[in-house]
Amino acid sequence: MTHLDPLTLWTVIIGLAIGSFALRFLFIGLVGSRAMPAWLMRHLRYTAVAVIPALVAPLVIWPTPTNGQFSTPHLAVACVTFAIGYWTKNVLMAGAVGAGLLIVVQMTLM
Amino acid sequence: MAFSTSKAAFWNGFRDGTPFLLVAMPFGMLFGVLAAEAGLDVLTALAFSLAVFAGTAQFTALQLLQEQAPTVIVLISALAVNLRIAMYSASLTPYLGAAPLWQRACAAYFTIDQSYALSIVKFEDTPDMTVPQRLAYFFGTCALIAPGWMLATVIGAHVGAQVPNSWGLDFVLPLTFLAMIGPMLRTPAHMVACFTAILCALPATALPFNLGLIVAGTVGMMAGAQTELWLERRLPPKPHEMT
Repeated sequence: MTHLDPLTLWTVIIGLAIGSFALRFLFIGLVGSRAMPAWLMRHLRYTAVAVIPALVAPLVIWPTPTNGQFSTPHLAVACVTFAIGYWTKNVLMAGAVGAGLLIVVQMTLM
Repeated sequence: MAFSTSKAAFWNGFRDGTPFLLVAMPFGMLFGVLAAEAGLDVLTALAFSLAVFAGTAQFTALQLLQEQAPTVIVLISALAVNLRIAMYSASLTPYLGAAPLWQRACAAYFTIDQSYALSIVKFEDTPDMTVPQRLAYFFGTCALIAPGWMLATVIGAHVGAQVPNSWGLDFVLPLTFLAMIGPMLRTPAHMVACFTAILCALPATALPFNLGLIVAGTVGMMAGAQTELWLERRLPPKPHEMT
């Protein structure tokens, strides 16, 4: 386990607190009822579906529990979790099945 | 239906929000567990949830902090995954924009997936609601979820301190995100954004300072936006087919 430097940690917490509030307050507080530029809204629509997969992909291909070694079982668990989420639209069910399969994989590998 | 009082609107929101506790609590607990695994004590984990109150951003920051990413990258990435709350804010503005500034500031803090999704449907379906009634409904939807999220973080942080490392919890975070992505992929443009980002993210890990995430995310976003434009040009919307 890595130990986080308290200064970095609190910088992130306070920065995120201010940043998240700013994102939320930006329009309702400052813009009022003026219309937003269409190009901006069009890009905002795809931020989460682009950034989250970009964050996850390397973690799936080079998983931390195997110290970054490619692992077919971990990739399989990831694909099943994603597929269940996509087909059922049920985040909790996908997460629960994924966690269950991960336990099986970890117990088999250890 | 119209409401006679703001109080009735609040309790209506409260009832509508209650089932979402079942979604918020497990994720709040998971955040607590993973925060404890990363070395945060219970109070720090709670402070994190109280100050930020945005699950996706909290999970992202936690992951990148453990990867020892530069602070600026942690902040930019965590805020980027949560840019949708800015969209929520924009979308609620026509309904709540006339409220006093301090009330809008409170509403801003409580703008989360659940309060937005419930409120926007209610406001559209009930056009004769007054602004105070809308705000009361909005706050009602969060009245259980917000304290539930904080409580779940504390419980999770207590539990997480007892969990041995061999459980492979490091991999639960990517799984959580994967479970969240599926339901977000509602259109072909979402799919293009997602898979472009994945394809870029793997080679982009070679970039220094975890910049790969930002580069791949930006390329994915642009791919999604361009696909949307392209589809609109090819297939103009036909409202009469919507029935």
